[in-house]
Amino acid sequence: MALLRHTPKEIKERGALVVNPAKTCQPIGAMYASLGIHGCLPHSHGSQGCCAYHRSTLTRHYKEPVMASTSSFTEGSAVFGGQANLLQALQTIFAVYDPQVIAVHTTCLSETIGDDVPQIIKKSYDEGKIPEGKIVFNASTPSYQGTHVTGYANMVKAMVTRLVKKADVPNGKAVILPGWVEPSDMKEIKRLVSLLGIPFVMFPDTDGVLNTPMTGHHNFYPKGGTKVEDIAKAGDAKHGFSLGHVATQPALEELETKFKVPGTALDLPLGLLATDRFINALRTVYGVAVPEEIDVERGQLVDMMSDMEQYLWGKKVALAGDPDQLITLTEFLKSMGMDVRHIVTGTEGNYVDTRLKELNPEANIKVGGDMFLLHQWIKNEPVDLLISNTYGKYIARDEDIPFLRFGFPILDRQGHQFFPTVGYQGGLYLLEKILGLLMDRQDRDAPESKFELQM
Amino acid sequence: MIEQKPDAGQMKEELLAKYPSKVAKKRDSQMVINKVEEEEKVPAILANSRTAPGIITQRGCTYAGCKGVVLGPTRDIVNITHGPIGCGFYSWLTRRNQTDAGVDGDNFMMYSFSSDLHEDNIVFGGEKRLEQTVQEAFDIFHPKAISIFSTCPVGLIGDDVHAVAKRMKEKLGINVFGFSCEGYKGVSQSAGHHIANNQLFRHIVGLDDEVRGQTKFRVNILGEYNIGGDAFVIENLLERCGFEMVASFSGNSTYGSFANSQTADLNVVMCHRSINYVAEMMETKYGIPWFKGNFIGANATAKTLRKMAAFFEDQELSDRTEAVIKEELEKVEVERLKHEARCKGKTAMLFVGGSRAHHYQELFTELGMKTLAAGYEFAHRDDYEGRKVIPTIKVDADSRNIEELHISKDDEKYRKYLAERKERLEAQGYEFRDYKGMMPEMDADSLVIDDISAFETEKLIETWKPDVFCAGVKEKYVIQKMGIPCKQLHNYDVGGPYAGFAGAVNFYKDIDMRVNSPIWKLIQAPWQEAVAA
Repeated sequence: MALLRHTPKEIKERGALVVNPAKTCQPIGAMYASLGIHGCLPHSHGSQGCCAYHRSTLTRHYKEPVMASTSSFTEGSAVFGGQANLLQALQTIFAVYDPQVIAVHTTCLSETIGDDVPQIIKKSYDEGKIPEGKIVFNASTPSYQGTHVTGYANMVKAMVTRLVKKADVPNGKAVILPGWVEPSDMKEIKRLVSLLGIPFVMFPDTDGVLNTPMTGHHNFYPKGGTKVEDIAKAGDAKHGFSLGHVATQPALEELETKFKVPGTALDLPLGLLATDRFINALRTVYGVAVPEEIDVERGQLVDMMSDMEQYLWGKKVALAGDPDQLITLTEFLKSMGMDVRHIVTGTEGNYVDTRLKELNPEANIKVGGDMFLLHQWIKNEPVDLLISNTYGKYIARDEDIPFLRFGFPILDRQGHQFFPTVGYQGGLYLLEKILGLLMDRQDRDAPESKFELQM
Repeated sequence: MIEQKPDAGQMKEELLAKYPSKVAKKRDSQMVINKVEEEEKVPAILANSRTAPGIITQRGCTYAGCKGVVLGPTRDIVNITHGPIGCGFYSWLTRRNQTDAGVDGDNFMMYSFSSDLHEDNIVFGGEKRLEQTVQEAFDIFHPKAISIFSTCPVGLIGDDVHAVAKRMKEKLGINVFGFSCEGYKGVSQSAGHHIANNQLFRHIVGLDDEVRGQTKFRVNILGEYNIGGDAFVIENLLERCGFEMVASFSGNSTYGSFANSQTADLNVVMCHRSINYVAEMMETKYGIPWFKGNFIGANATAKTLRKMAAFFEDQELSDRTEAVIKEELEKVEVERLKHEARCKGKTAMLFVGGSRAHHYQELFTELGMKTLAAGYEFAHRDDYEGRKVIPTIKVDADSRNIEELHISKDDEKYRKYLAERKERLEAQGYEFRDYKGMMPEMDADSLVIDDISAFETEKLIETWKPDVFCAGVKEKYVIQKMGIPCKQLHNYDVGGPYAGFAGAVNFYKDIDMRVNSPIWKLIQAPWQEAVAA
């Protein structure tokens, strides 16, 4: 019995209706990015429901506390504006939850009303309502523009605009601006840059925030996250690197324009080639030698790719996810001879459209598509592997396709908090997962005569 | 386990001390030290009141209460979220409402439908886009009915979803109806429940008068949402006892069952908060009496079944019901004793929902556990203190914004014999149309907190160290980081069912696991100092 039993094979053009979205709204991305600042409480300027939904979704994905506050709009605020709510919220938050930083993001409600959040924050500073040494800043994240990835991008850019300072004392640091990746990925990126011996500041950094240990104590502000004083140093840095064009290139450009820190926009370092470009860019700018440890990791990945080629070559893949991930994931899959057939992302943009089409000239690609369309494509041209967030499990079961959970949100499996998919190590992990799925399927389906002991 | 009785007064003082004076003043009336006087009189609590901005609250919004809670479990309506993509995404399959559509039945619950408003729609209006969305949904899915849920910006930009629904209903020839459930209306999900009740009643209930199935003992179960399969357990029990379940609002429900629900003779209300409006309106219009039942807890289930049977004044039905109860209770008792031995004397706190914080105390009592503190997320005073306080509830501006339907008797369909039976039974002491609330059933000196905050949650746990804390997903991992197990009562930690007799046994097992799990003793490594108690 099909779960998605009403999904027809025949594809009808749609101009308005979205079914089973491959995206969600800006504020959740802003909330996630804000959690990557140490001692920061994300604040949602809108209805209670926004904050509740975002906290719930992030919590289900990480199985971790996700603290954030809300302006709790009611009908009155919707009519008269949310200034009074935000002013009262700031006062209450500092009294009760005592954060170092409050990162305010907006919602479709407060944006439609037209609340001038920077002005409200300025007013709070002017009236002495923000305690000495505490910071309140904002990002504009209307839900009716862009997607969750845009929200992340806007919040990271706001960190550059509002938190970075220039003291004109060069500190030689590299500024690493990771795209929307997992805490495990953030940790892996830090490890690789450290191995290269390059001094750096990375923000946001959710490692140590959304992958915390059980201690018998709830740290309202966990140990992880980039400290504001470290973010501030980015203005005197030597070079900036954004990892993912959609998620963090806007922040990189802001760093370049506002603070004259030269920057290199890189892809998310996912898979062999993108990780090569990442290491190579850092190596070149800093004139450092790549340590043997990294060479070994790279070699191990290539080794596994070449050893296992026969299980991967020509296998058809369908993907749903976010732009930065899709670009380098398809590159990675193709570097192993896999055949990426269908790709959807809910996040629109010419850049991702061009890159995906360059990388996959033969594939069905819809930038601004949904998972309903992806499913229809699969019905018309079946695949051997589906890679998407948890919602893909319904398609995978209906069409009996091996399914790799990758992206956001993952609501039904564990591991993404701890095991990276970026870097060479991440490539190995992804590859091991993919091989496991494809080889399990071969074992499941093989007739007696073809059932193999060795693979 | 606690050695001495915790001091609720001192706790309340400590909690209030943290807040700015204005917030503290309000919280003061939202925290009550329980005291039960004669005629079940309890102290007044402030509930269904705005959360102070900046407070980290459990509460969600009106849209969540309407689309997520009440309409979410219905499988054969195409529920379209009108707004930017987020709200439709977050309410997509996240409430664990189970349904059984059979092999070929309509089931749209695994789909998320949205009009996905963009900036130009916010500027120029979204009605045209909504119309196109409804048309496209109809062309692809051909559902029996389509509903439209408004999100925050919809009200602000002035889209008339009801006019669009009316136009599309005429054009498509199927039922299309809208909900003005913008997130900012009201103070919590509760407003959304009311809005959902209104529109269900206005647009669906009463459309189909054909009596199908058994003509006798026809009941509706109201305010049951089939989380983890609860409704399946209840359906099975009712069938075995000999009742005909006409409709469920809305666990495992269909559009057709709502349309036909006025053919039932009795409404049994589970979650008073979210569905009492439909019960009231059905009584006014059709003469169908209702009473507050409860299928959470083995004893509560037995009591509810007996009361249902008694309503029909039929010996055979009562005998059959008693036989089911006897058979089930015997099985339950074996399990209960086993788990009670391991759980007795342990303590619980429940802060969740609009009825669950009350209902689940039944199960803890059956396990010999004590409830130290409890409160609701979005309930009203009547859910705490009982319906007797309804006439004294001050209607504030937020509640006044929610439409109150004025229903009158339907002269054709009103069943006088039901009203007469009600009167007769009442004379014998049968209580209808009543809910006594949570507080009269709680111990004196237990702490009752409405709309508990994240700060208060942590402070309560730190100080009173309950053996289990019941809440929702946003609270779960905070509680567990503190070394205290959390039982989620919204999604049951992907467990359940917990309703009925079979459900009670499941709950005993799950709580036994939570409070006796060895994991909580493994937090410290041998070389780490124990965290100061």
